[in-house]
Parts: sequence; C-alpha cells; structure tokens
Amino acid sequence: MAKQVKAPISPWRFRVVVAGLLVLAAMLLARTLTLQVLDVDRGYEFLQGQGNARTIRSEVIPAHRGMISDRNGEPLAVSTPVASIWANPRELGKQKDAWPKLARALSMSVAELSRKMERYSNSQFMYLRRHLAPQDAKAILALKVPGVYLQREYRRFYPAGEVTAHLLGFTNIDDRGQEGLELAYDEWLNGEPGRKRVLKDLYGNIIREIDAGKEASPGKSLQLSIDLRLQYLAYRELKAALKRTGAKAGSVVILDSKSGEVLAMVNQPSYNPNNRSQLNPSALRNRAVIDMFEPGSTVKPMTLVAALESGRYQPDTEINTHPGYIKVGPKLLEDHRNYGVLTVAEVLKKSSQVGTTKIALSLDEQEVWRVFQRFGFGRDTGSGFPGESSGVLPNRPNWRAIERATLSFGYGMTVTNLQLAQAYSVFANHGVFQPVSMLKRQEPAEHRQVIAPKVARQVVDMLELVTQPGGTATRARVAAYRVGGKTGTSHKAVAGGYAEDRYFSLFAGVAPASDPRIVAVVTIDEPEGDYFGGLVAAPVFSSVVADALRLMNIAPDDVEPEAEGEDRGDAAA
Amino acid sequence: MSQSDFLRQLPSGAGPMYSQRTLSQRLRIDPVMLFLLLLLSGVGLMVLYSASDENAAVVLRQGRFLSVAFVVMVLVAQLHPEQLQRWAPFAFIGCILLLIAVHFMGVGAKGAQRWLSLGGFRFQPSELAKLIMPMTVAWYLSSHPLPPSWRYTAASLVIIFVPTVLVATQPDLGTSILIAASGMFVLFLGGISWTFIFSAFGLLLAAAWPMWEFVLHDYQRRRILTLLNPESDKLGAGWNIIQSKTAIGSGGFEGKGWLMGTQSHLDFLPESHTDFIIAVLAEEYGLRGVLLLLLLYALIIGRGIWISTQAKHCFGRLLGGSIILTFFVYVFVNMGMVSGLLPVVGVPLPLVSQGGTSLVTLLVGFGILMGIYADERLVHQ
Repeated sequence: MAKQVKAPISPWRFRVVVAGLLVLAAMLLARTLTLQVLDVDRGYEFLQGQGNARTIRSEVIPAHRGMISDRNGEPLAVSTPVASIWANPRELGKQKDAWPKLARALSMSVAELSRKMERYSNSQFMYLRRHLAPQDAKAILALKVPGVYLQREYRRFYPAGEVTAHLLGFTNIDDRGQEGLELAYDEWLNGEPGRKRVLKDLYGNIIREIDAGKEASPGKSLQLSIDLRLQYLAYRELKAALKRTGAKAGSVVILDSKSGEVLAMVNQPSYNPNNRSQLNPSALRNRAVIDMFEPGSTVKPMTLVAALESGRYQPDTEINTHPGYIKVGPKLLEDHRNYGVLTVAEVLKKSSQVGTTKIALSLDEQEVWRVFQRFGFGRDTGSGFPGESSGVLPNRPNWRAIERATLSFGYGMTVTNLQLAQAYSVFANHGVFQPVSMLKRQEPAEHRQVIAPKVARQVVDMLELVTQPGGTATRARVAAYRVGGKTGTSHKAVAGGYAEDRYFSLFAGVAPASDPRIVAVVTIDEPEGDYFGGLVAAPVFSSVVADALRLMNIAPDDVEPEAEGEDRGDAAA
Repeated sequence: MSQSDFLRQLPSGAGPMYSQRTLSQRLRIDPVMLFLLLLLSGVGLMVLYSASDENAAVVLRQGRFLSVAFVVMVLVAQLHPEQLQRWAPFAFIGCILLLIAVHFMGVGAKGAQRWLSLGGFRFQPSELAKLIMPMTVAWYLSSHPLPPSWRYTAASLVIIFVPTVLVATQPDLGTSILIAASGMFVLFLGGISWTFIFSAFGLLLAAAWPMWEFVLHDYQRRRILTLLNPESDKLGAGWNIIQSKTAIGSGGFEGKGWLMGTQSHLDFLPESHTDFIIAVLAEEYGLRGVLLLLLLYALIIGRGIWISTQAKHCFGRLLGGSIILTFFVYVFVNMGMVSGLLPVVGVPLPLVSQGGTSLVTLLVGFGILMGIYADERLVHQ
C-alpha cells in the first residue's frame, strides 16, 4: 500500500519533468553563452560594442574662433563661450508632463513649445534655445528632462559695434563668417574643432571623460591695419556730418600713405553687429569698398599729371579760360564764373572745367586715360575685401572730344572711395603706387613708381593751394598742419542721364602737405541743401584729419616760429 | 489506492522522538535549502546595491523585506501539510472573493488594478493566489483517486481557470500565467493522461489565433511582436530587450566588475532593480556570475524536487512539486525574457529582484516545502 501511495508521480512522469527542466535550463545556458561568449558577430563583441556605443560618445569640442584686433591689439571681434540647448523631439515627445516646467525654464509658453515640437516631430534634433549664458543652460539641464541636451558653442561679440560693423562683417549663428573680413578670413579665423571621448548616461550627461582624443585647435587671430581710435573719430565725424547735411549715406577712408594700410574705414548708415534682429539690408554694405560713383573733380589732379608729364605744362603755365565756358561738340561746359587767365595750379585751385578741358584736349588722345590707369582706376585695390568693386574706366578705340573732356573731370568713369584714396596715396607717397591692405603690414608691399617724384611733389603743392584762401576747399584746412586736397561734386547718374538735384559730394586729401603721412577721402551721398564738396565733405576731412594727425603724433608743419616759441614758453611756465 | 488508506498510514504520535532531534528538526527547517536561499539572497542584495546606484537605503529596505520573509517562511514551516490540505478549499474561496474585490475596489498604477488596500496595508491578492492555487488543486486531486479521471481533470481545470482569468483581466498576464502554471503542474504531477495533455496542447494551438485577436491587449501583442523583432521599435517597446541584451552581452566572460556596468549605471537599462536585475549581474560579473547564479538556482530546484519526491503524503508531494516547478518557471521566464528568449511579461527574478510581496510569497512556498520535509523526516525516524 505504502509503495502505491509513494508513486502518484509515476517514474516516467518524473523523468519527463526532470528532462523538461534540463532542456529549459540548457536553453537558458545556451542563450547566455551565445550572448556573452560564443557568438562573436552578433554576440559578445558586437554587444560589447553596442554597450560602448550607447555610453561612449565622441563629443565635438568647438574651436575658439580667432580674435580680430586693431593695429594696437585692441579687440574688435572676440568669441565667448555660450551654451545651446537642443532636444530630440522623439524623446521629448514622450515627456509631455515635463513640458510645462521645461517651457518655463526656456521662458517660452507651452503652446510655443508644442508648436515647435509639432514642427520637428519627425526629426531627431531641434534647437530649443541658442546662445545662452552657461549658467542658464545648466539650470535647464538640471531639470533632467530626457531628450534635452547641451551643446557648447562660441558666440562672436563686436566691442566696437556699429563703428566697425562694415569692415568686420559678422558670423552666423554657427560662428562662420558671413560678411566682411569675417568672411574673407573665415578659414584663417576658424579653428579646427577637436573631439573627445566621453561616457554619457541616458540623458546625455557626461559622466566622465575617457580620453582627450583630438584637441581643438583654435583659430588664428587677425590683426587689422585699422586704428580703432581713428575709426571711432572718423565714425563720429561722419555721423555728425550726415546729421548736419541730411545726406543719405557717406563713407570715410583714411589710408596710411607710406604703407598703403587702411587706418580707418567707416560708413553710414551702419548697424549693430551684436544684435542683427532688425537689420536694414541697405545698412549692410561697406559702401567705401562696394559703392561706385563718378569721382568728378577729384580726378583733376590726375589729368594735370598727364599735362605735367607731357612737358608742355608747368604749374605756372597760363591757360585762358575766358569767357568761362567752352563748347565741345554739342555740349557746353561751364565754370561757375569767368576766371579769365589761370595758371595750371589755379585751374586746380578754382576747379575750372574750362581750364581742365582745354588741357585735356591739348594732350594725346589716350594720355589722360593712361594716367588714370596708372593710378589704379578700373582695377581693384588689392584689399581682398569680399565684394569689392573695381570701378569702371572704359577705354575706347576712338575718343570723341566730349568724352576726353568729361573723363578729364571725372565723368564717364566710376571709382570707389577706397580706390580714390589709393590713387591719392600716389601723390602722398612720392609717385609710388601700392596695393592697399586692411591687415597690419609686417613688411612693405610690392610697389611701383607710377609717376615721377617731382610730379607728385608738384601736385601735392597744387593740392595745398586748393585749401588756401581763394581755393574751393578752405574748409578742409587743419590748424597747425598744411593739408592739400581736392573737392568733387558730381551729379548722380540715374536712368537716362544725370539727376539735376542729386549730388555726390567728395573730398580727397593728403596731410601733412610737407611730407604726407595720411590720405583721407570723404564721400557724402545726396546731401540736402549745400552740396558742393568743399562745403559738405571738406569740413569732415578737416575734423577727421586734425584728430588723426594728433593721435598719430605727427609733428605740425604749419607753425609760425614765434608761435612755436610762445608754446614753449607756456609749457615752461 | 484509496485516500483513506493513505491517510491511515500517517504517523500519529511523533512525540517520543523529541529528545533526539536536531535544532533544524525542531525548527522544522531544511538547513541545506535555508543555506542556499540565504546565499541567493546575499547575491541578490549585492547586485541590488549596484543596480540602485549604490543606494544603501534601497538595500537596507530589501534586507528588511528579506528578514520578514524568512521569518514568515520559518513560521509557515511549522504547519503540517494536512493542515494546509484542510484549509485549502476555504482559502480558495477567500482568495476568489479577494480577487473579485480587486476588480471593484482595487488600486493600481499604469492602467492595471492589482492592489487591495486594507486599512493602510496594501497587498496583491494575486500573490496569494499563486500559493492557494496549487494547494487547492492538490487538495482536490488528493481527495479523489489518482491518477484523476476525465471528470476530476475537468473540475480541476475549472478551479484553475477562475482565478487565472480574474488575475489576467486585472490585467496581469505574467502573474496569471504563473498561477495557471502552478495549478497545471499539480494536474500534471497528479498524473493526468497524456492523451489529455496532447489534446490540450492541440486545443491551445488552435486557440492561439482567437487569443491573439480578441483576448490579448495591445501592449501584450506589441511585446510579443517586439520580441520577434526588437529592432522594429528600438526606442519604444524594443528598448528594454535591446538594452538588456546589450548589457548581458557586453559583460562577456569576465564582466565589467561590480559597480562598473555602464548599461545599468548610466540608466540605459530599464527596471534594473526589478525585473531586469539579472542583466546588471550579467554585465558586471559576466558569464561566470551568470553560471554561478544558475548553479544556485539549480541546487535549490534540485533540492526542492528531491523533497517533493520524498514526501509520504500525496497532497504534500503534489503541492511541493508544484511549488518548486513554479519557482523554476519564475527563473526561466525572467531570464528568458531578459535575454530575449521570451516576451517581456513582468516576472521578477526570485529572491534577487527588488520587491516585498513576491518575496514573501516565494518564501512562504519554501516554508511549505520545509514543512513537508520536516514531516517526511519524522516518518523516516
């Protein structure tokens, strides 16, 4: 009986149970063996790789963009570290509970966030906020909302703001150059981002760094030829002039005539590169390099170079401009009044159209054009600025008299402000032409003698007369310095001809006249009321150059000996 | 063989032998089994410490649960199998009532009502059902001739069916499978005919399609589909399996070392304290650790089977066998699901996963086993 009772589980059934357990246990064993050791491709090594792939991430280390400084090392464009918050919409989509607190931390409304989520619902990446202060970003990350991550970046700041806006341009939100020198030297400034391997948890928090990988190599810094002090004061004076004259736009360029370096380049209207949310596209242009205009009388000195070089004219050669007008072909060219007999120098001083025309027509057909070419008109200046215009200096197989006449006083051709400054630096630099540079020059540029030093000297002397009493640009004068220059006033070209009442006012000059160090060109676009270059542009030249000469510690060359003595006496007392 | 004959065989007065009994005999515990269970619990606490990111509070809490559960186990071991047999039908009825109560006044989370709150004390009646089910079926079968005829088999199936459905509709598929299995094991051990088993299997296969179509919930279907192709929904339902497989696989033979697992420590592994804790162990201790754990379970199950086969009492034999087989199912289903062999059904790894209720249930089961063992040792003496 006991035996029977002892076997409600038949031996067979018991064996089946044990066998079943063994089979199932063997399955588990096989499974774990496969996963952990045996299966190399899909198992152990693969899964080890998978494990690492989940946790070990290659982080991009953003490279610091090189600083742009002025010639004295003053920072003009600097990159500061900022943090951006991004999200994986698919992960964040599952965290609807966390949206309100996340939205609050991002200072946006929940509706805004859900709109954003809606828009990016199919992607794995979207920015929530860019360029936050690092501590603000940390506060958002501290919410530990799955699917929200941090990205380190740099943001560009321009300490001088609108004063250097056109020159420097700006970078986009990814810190790549978009305009100006930021664009021109983007490769140079932009570093090589590095990589490091880090251990991250599910939420993207870095647990620890595994190895350094590749260091980010920071971008190289760029030193400009600009002197920020001159830049500031040129900007200030230009802005004031525009306010005074009601002009539409304007530019000032100051060149170091010895080295060809740009010391200042400012335009109006300008913009704040640090906050471009309300950007007027017309304010974006670096007009001094991009906008072309007819130079008008400012090229008369070049016409006179052709005259002096012909040997038939000297500065004191007399030219009869009576009766104050001259008929060339069908056109009548007039002076403001009948100047009578003028010397060559006085033709420039009074800016006589008649005198210039007579000289030009007496020269060889192509002579004036060839001289203009030597002064760099029609070619870019070598500044390397993006979008630089080269101006237009047309050559013709047959020059009609009226074309030769108008070319001699700056019509029928276009130049940029910078080109004009470059051309004037030839006079200032003893007849040597050299490319302009916006970067600080370590060694002299390749240059060539385009006119004889003697001719250059003669022209500078004549230019100085222009600022003397009786000249057209008395208002360009600077106390204690001798300066020379030429005014220009050109009718603006419009469709179908020239506008009667819209002008371009110009002044181009050199200082100090005894041994020129700087060239400055002022252009004022469409002034209201007074429009003569001598009234509109020359005063700007005067105030800019006065400050510039002082800032550059250039010795005054127009000091009466006794006045000098008095000064010394004052200093001694 | 009639049941009354069998009962008469039971020794009635064991008193005189008291003085010769060892401590373990007097406490009615099996020292071998106790040692294995304590060892397993120790391993569990160590893994839990790592899985909880070195949170000592979590480990202490689990330690308290374990202490309580072991005390309960020893208390349960004092019961004689025949007492359990007597109580089984009443316990069954009470259990059914509680399960019904869960449907009407239960509390729960994540769309499932599983808990009953009684005066601030929350418990899961389905846990109770895990033990009462085999007791009831064992009681029913052992009070009738064995092997059971078709009639008794059918009646047993009804006994199994009612609580299973009640739990499955909470819904708690994992537990309902365990409950059904514990009853089925009794039936199987009780010797139901092979014809019945095979026809049942046939029926089950035939019922698979309507089950799939009408009974399974969406999330359950998704789990099964995800199991077949986890890559289909990497960020969704497949996440658990992929992460746990990655954790296990990346452990390799030697493992990454205690507290060094990246999958678990960096929160990639979901449910790392509870159902997926073995992935933590596999990642940190590697194949060696897994093999050691499997060995421990094998020893426990082997000891349990041995105890059951030695039982003199038919009820105890059926109940003990069912308890130990259910324990095996726990281990198998958990490890199978974590390693991607089976769908994710939410079965904890016994004695290792965090959690109090299932721990108590398990150790109550072992208490019953020890009670059976103590009685059979009395018989030997």
